[in-house]
Amino acid sequence: MKPFLEVKDLSVAFPTPDGLVKAADGISFELNQGETLAIVGESGSGKSVTNLAIMGLHNRAKTQISGSVNINLPDRSIDVISSTEDEVRKLRGSAISMIFQDPMSSLHPYYSVGDQISEAWRIYNKGSKSDGIKRATEMIDLVGIPDAAKRVREFPHQFSGGMRQRVMIAMALVNNPKLIIADEPTTALDVTVQSQIIQLLRDMQKEFNMAILLVTHDLGVVAEVADRVCVMYAGKIVEQAKVDEIYYRPAQPYTVGLLQSIPRVDQLQGKRLNAIQGQPPSLINLPKGCSFAERCEFKKHVAGNLCTEVAPALEEKADQHFARCHLSAAQIQDLAMAAK
Amino acid sequence: MLKYISRRLSYTFLVLTLISLVVFLIFALLPADPAALTCGKSCNPQVIEANRRRLGLDVSVWQQWWRFIVGLFQGRTYGEAEALIECPAPAFGYSFNRHECVTKIIAGAFPITLSLALGAFVMWLTIGVTLGVLAARFKGKFVDRASTVFVLIGTSLPTFISGILILLFVVIKFNLVNPLELGDWANPFTDPIGWLKAFFFPCLTLALAYAASYTRFTRSNVLETSSEDYIRTARAKGLSEKVVLRKHTLRAALAPIVTIAGLDFAALLGGAIITEGIYNLAGLGRLSIRAVLVDYDLPIILATTLFAATFVVVMNLIVDILYALIDPRVRVG
Repeated sequence: MKPFLEVKDLSVAFPTPDGLVKAADGISFELNQGETLAIVGESGSGKSVTNLAIMGLHNRAKTQISGSVNINLPDRSIDVISSTEDEVRKLRGSAISMIFQDPMSSLHPYYSVGDQISEAWRIYNKGSKSDGIKRATEMIDLVGIPDAAKRVREFPHQFSGGMRQRVMIAMALVNNPKLIIADEPTTALDVTVQSQIIQLLRDMQKEFNMAILLVTHDLGVVAEVADRVCVMYAGKIVEQAKVDEIYYRPAQPYTVGLLQSIPRVDQLQGKRLNAIQGQPPSLINLPKGCSFAERCEFKKHVAGNLCTEVAPALEEKADQHFARCHLSAAQIQDLAMAAK
Repeated sequence: MLKYISRRLSYTFLVLTLISLVVFLIFALLPADPAALTCGKSCNPQVIEANRRRLGLDVSVWQQWWRFIVGLFQGRTYGEAEALIECPAPAFGYSFNRHECVTKIIAGAFPITLSLALGAFVMWLTIGVTLGVLAARFKGKFVDRASTVFVLIGTSLPTFISGILILLFVVIKFNLVNPLELGDWANPFTDPIGWLKAFFFPCLTLALAYAASYTRFTRSNVLETSSEDYIRTARAKGLSEKVVLRKHTLRAALAPIVTIAGLDFAALLGGAIITEGIYNLAGLGRLSIRAVLVDYDLPIILATTLFAATFVVVMNLIVDILYALIDPRVRVG
């Protein structure tokens, strides 16, 4: 069986007066039904740009997109990049749904939450407005908002941040999508609410056998929910592996740096937190060699100036474990241990 | 909602009472003596005093104000015996210059101002909002550029220039309306053609400047709203661009326009002095400017000031109620 989502060599670039911004470059990954893939990376690494491309939400007139994003439905297969806008629109909210980062600003302030959920349902289902509200009430109840019959008539400003994110999830799930793209769904929320929302997403995934594409920079959340992880840096995937592989055997210096920058309660007491020095490169003028070379602490272990001259390809370093680095996985793990 | 409205209504009455009081106090402080102004050629102190009594100016400001308020509800009389003048309620005073009750004078002028203001309001909203939405929808395209030119011309041409230009190069050149008929009042219900003849071009003149600024305001509002997160959510739901624009973007983008449109309209109901002047319309604007500059007709100035203030206050109330209907966040607060 084909995976539900196949992204192949996806590149997204924005022409600007200063030059072409290559926001995502040669992104490839697959996602199966019921699976969770996390995309991790710092701001500007191309996570959201990739997601918006999968949703077909980029303004085509102002964006250069190449590659393919295949959505394999039971009856047909659609390439988001080459299909017409209308075909792609019909996937949104039905086969693929999206949850956004900030629930405070992602819901329309003038419409009741019931109206907004019902609107999403009625795009793909024939039913009256009251059928829609009934369906909205069910969904609000499903995502764990108490007193659904009353809350359905209330407006977004009457909900707390966590409750609003539940409303967003209810709206995203209303047409039983096969894939949920969650773009930093917990970034704007309190820590306690974060774990509730993550738990809710996992419950819903189990109940509806959905695939989840989780974009985040919270490695704690990733460890908890993801099956596989893509690490992005400067518009490229620099490492892709199963979640345990990433945490226990990182094969790329940037991933090592990310993991070492997580504060841990059991270590580091009284010590300074590790940080990756420097800034990511400009996406207009990417360096000739490895994008991470300038900040890489392991660069000195590579012979000559290979790192600044030749961009490493995404290689399979171990079984189902891909990384971009001139060093081998074993070398990096040794260096990582030594750095601790 | 009802509680909100009744609370706002009581504020409105309070504000109107205060305004009338302030206006009265200002007029009491003016250096002109209204009794002396009514005196005429063969003037002596006895006549002035007699007139002062007839005008009801022989009592304190507070009493004058109270009589005015009572007169609004009960009507008023001036003088006595054979020289008795009666102004039925609501009495705004009596103009000794024109020898008419102010209420009657205003009743004659108001339909003209209302026609002008309402016609212009409809025109500028239609032109401004349509052009603004189109300009935002086709940003950077021809419509947008054309609207920029329109905005530039509209905002930089003052009404007294555009009015004269329209009068000379459209109305008179193409002989559309006999210029002598321009100011004639015609009842829009019994004589709609006559009304259009009298008011179309004055309304257009007045609407032009407003339409330009509304175009700009609408355009920037629509563009700003388009980049809101909830508009992205609407697209992510699978709504078509048309529905996103109509139902989600416009609802939020046009809400602030309700506010400024209401207030601009209210200000115009007090009279559009320049436009009324150019087209020789006997509206409230011309009435008050004549009262101020030519006749020193205090009762009329007082009444038109109060009238204009009342429109602003009442429109504020209406705008606030409308806004509460549009934006649910206002209702609870």
